[in-house]
Amino acid sequence: MSLPGGARASRDSILSKIRASLGATPNDPARLAAAEKRLMAKPRAAAPQRVAASGTDLVARFTEELQRQLATVVATAGAGDIPAVIAGYLRANNQPLRLRHGNDPYISSLDFAGIPDFETLKGRAAPDDSTGLSAAFAGIAETGTMALTSGADNPVTLGFLPDTHIIVVPRSRIVATYEDAFALLRQERGPTPMPRTLNLISGPSRTADIGGRIVIGAHGPRRLLAIVTGDL
Amino acid sequence: MQPTAHDFKSNARAALGDKQLQDALSGLPGGLVAQRAAARARLPEFDGLRDYGRDLRNHTLEHLDVYLERYETAVKGAGGHVHWAANGDEACAAILRICQDAGARLVTKGKSMVSEEIGLNARLEGAGLEVVETDLGEYILQIRHETPSHIIAPAIHLTQGQVEADFRREHAHLPAGRRLVDPAELVDEARQILREKFIEADVGITGANFLIAETGSSIIVTNEGNGDLTQSLARVHIVITSIDKVVPTLDDASALLRLLARSATGQEITSYTTFSTGPRRDGDPDGPEAYHVVLLDNGRTELLGSEFREVLRCIRCGACMNHCPVYNAVGGHAYGWVYPGPIGAVLNPGFIGIKEAGNLPNASTFCGRCEAVCPMRIPLPKLMRHWREREFAGGDTPFTTRMALKSWAALARRPWAYHLLARLTSRAMRVASGRSGAFRWLPFATGWTGGRDFPAPQGRTFQELWAARQKQAASKRSAR
Repeated sequence: MSLPGGARASRDSILSKIRASLGATPNDPARLAAAEKRLMAKPRAAAPQRVAASGTDLVARFTEELQRQLATVVATAGAGDIPAVIAGYLRANNQPLRLRHGNDPYISSLDFAGIPDFETLKGRAAPDDSTGLSAAFAGIAETGTMALTSGADNPVTLGFLPDTHIIVVPRSRIVATYEDAFALLRQERGPTPMPRTLNLISGPSRTADIGGRIVIGAHGPRRLLAIVTGDL
Repeated sequence: MQPTAHDFKSNARAALGDKQLQDALSGLPGGLVAQRAAARARLPEFDGLRDYGRDLRNHTLEHLDVYLERYETAVKGAGGHVHWAANGDEACAAILRICQDAGARLVTKGKSMVSEEIGLNARLEGAGLEVVETDLGEYILQIRHETPSHIIAPAIHLTQGQVEADFRREHAHLPAGRRLVDPAELVDEARQILREKFIEADVGITGANFLIAETGSSIIVTNEGNGDLTQSLARVHIVITSIDKVVPTLDDASALLRLLARSATGQEITSYTTFSTGPRRDGDPDGPEAYHVVLLDNGRTELLGSEFREVLRCIRCGACMNHCPVYNAVGGHAYGWVYPGPIGAVLNPGFIGIKEAGNLPNASTFCGRCEAVCPMRIPLPKLMRHWREREFAGGDTPFTTRMALKSWAALARRPWAYHLLARLTSRAMRVASGRSGAFRWLPFATGWTGGRDFPAPQGRTFQELWAARQKQAASKRSAR
C-alpha cells in the first residue's frame, strides 16, 4: 500500500518535531550508534532472585507461580501419560471428551485410542469447540508463564475460543526469565524470530470489571490446564 | 471527547454528593493499593527495577526518532503497515480509510485509551460502521454512553446493581426473569453476547502497551482475552497507539512488563501478554490477513521538548490514581477529560491546553504518593507545579487566586510584617471565636466551614514559641 501524500508529510513532520524537541539532527552518527548498540547488545535487567539464586528448581517455581494464578498444573513422565491426564481433567470438569489441536508433531503423536469415545479434531478453533490443546514453545519460571508461538502447529485461536485450554510444556524448556525465552526464540527462529502472535499465558481468562470482584472466564478460557512433560 | 476539565470544581462537588458513585469508590482502589504492596513485597528487586525502567525510558526518549524509524522498518519487514498521525483527526481518518478499504461493517475493539483520546468510536459510527467495545468494562460504558473513569479499570465508578440494570435494559431480548445476582452471571451474559461479535467482525482494533523497535511487534497486556479474540478473528487488525510507546528490544519490554502488572493490579503478570507482529504468515490457519499500526503524536512531540518530557515515560499502570486521595474522593469523571488522576493532571494540559485543564494540576494536595509509587519514577507533583507556573505566567490563573498569591508573596518577603500579621490574626481569631474556640463560618473559608468547624488558633504563634525556646536555651547555657 502506498502512503498518501498527507501521511508521508505527517511522518516526516513528526520525526522532525522529535528531533527539534531533542535538539538533534537527522542521521547524527553518535545517536544512531547509541541506539544500534542497545539493539545489538540487548542489555537485560538483573534476573529476579526467585529464579536466579543458585540451586533454584525452575520446574517447582514455574508450577507454584502458575498455580497461584489459578491454573491447574500436572507433571507427567511423557506422552504415554498425557491422554489419560487430559481425559481425567475433562471428566472432572464435566467437559465433553473432545478437543482440537494443530499440527504440532508431539501433540499429534499423542494416542487417545485407549480412551473410549474420545474425539480429536484438527485445525483452527471453531466457535463451538469446547477444548483446545496446544504445545508451549517455552515455560518461564519467574511468573509461571507459557510462551506459545502461533502457526499451523499451534493455531492461536485454540487458546481463546474454547472454554478449556490445555497446554503441554516440555520440562526441558522451562527457563528462568522472559529474557531467556526470548533468547531461545532468537536462537531457534533466526533473524526474524517473531511469529505472527506470541502469547505469554499465565492463567485462565479473568475480569474484575464488575464491582471489582474477580470472575474467571471473561472472554477466553474458563479453565487452564498445564501439563509438564518429561520426555521433551 | 468534549473536555469538561474547566468544570473540575463543580464536577468534584457533584461527585462528592453522588451516593452511588461514593458506594462504588469506597474500598475499590484500596484493594488495588494493598495488592500492589503485596506484589512489591514478593519481588525484592522491584524498586531497583523502577530505576532501570526510568533509565531505559529516558534513553528511548532521547533517541525516539531513531527507534521509531527502526520500529517502522521492522513492521514493514513483517508485512505490516505504519500510518503516522499528527493529531486525532488524522488518526481517525487513517483508521476509517482502512476499514472502508476492507469493506468493513462491524468493528470490534479492545481497550485503548488513545482511541478515547482521538474520539475514534464517534468517528467510525458517524461513517455508518458498527463499533463494539469488547473489554467488559468498556462494553458496559458503551451501552451507558459513558467514558472510562480509570485507565485500567474503566467502570470502577459503577456498582454491580447499575450494571445489572444496564444489562436488563440493553439485552431486552433475553428472558426478563433471568438471574443476574452474581457478578459471574453478568460476566457470562456479556460473554455470550460479545462472542457473536468477535466471530462476525471484519476489523479488530486494539491499543498497544508497548511497541518493540527490534522486532516491529505491538504488545497488549490483558486479563480477559478479548483483545486476542479481537485481533485473531477479524480479517484486519489495526493497532491504534502513540509514539511514546516504543522500546528498543524484547529484553527492554521484559523489564517494563515486570513493573506494569504489579503496579497496576498487583498481579505478578496478567493472564495474557500478547506480541503481534505483522499479518498471518503463509500457512497460518488463523490470525488477521492485514496488520496496520496508527502512530499518534497529538502533542507528545511538544511535551518531549518541554519541562514535561518525563511524563512520556508513563506506562499507564494507574498506580498514581489508585493512591491519590483526590481521585479516591471524586473518581475519574470529575477530571473532565480522557486521563484522570495525577497522570491526567500532567498529561491533559499538554493535550487540550492549560486554559481548559488548568484546574487539574491544582487539584492536588501534593502529598506525593503518586510519585512514591510511580514505576517510572515520574515526578508528578513537580510537573503539576510546572503547569501551575505556566498557568500563572500565561495569566490563566483566576483573578482572586492571583491576588491572594500576590499578597501572600508580598508578606512572605517581609518577615517582620508576616510575623506581626500572624500574631495579630491569631489573637483576634481567638477572641472572636469566644468560648467555643472554633468558627462555624469564616469568610474565604466556606469550603472548610461548610462541612466542619474551623478551630481558632490557641496560645502563641510558632515563631513566638520558637523565639522563647531559643532564649530559654541560651539563658540555661549562660547559667551553667
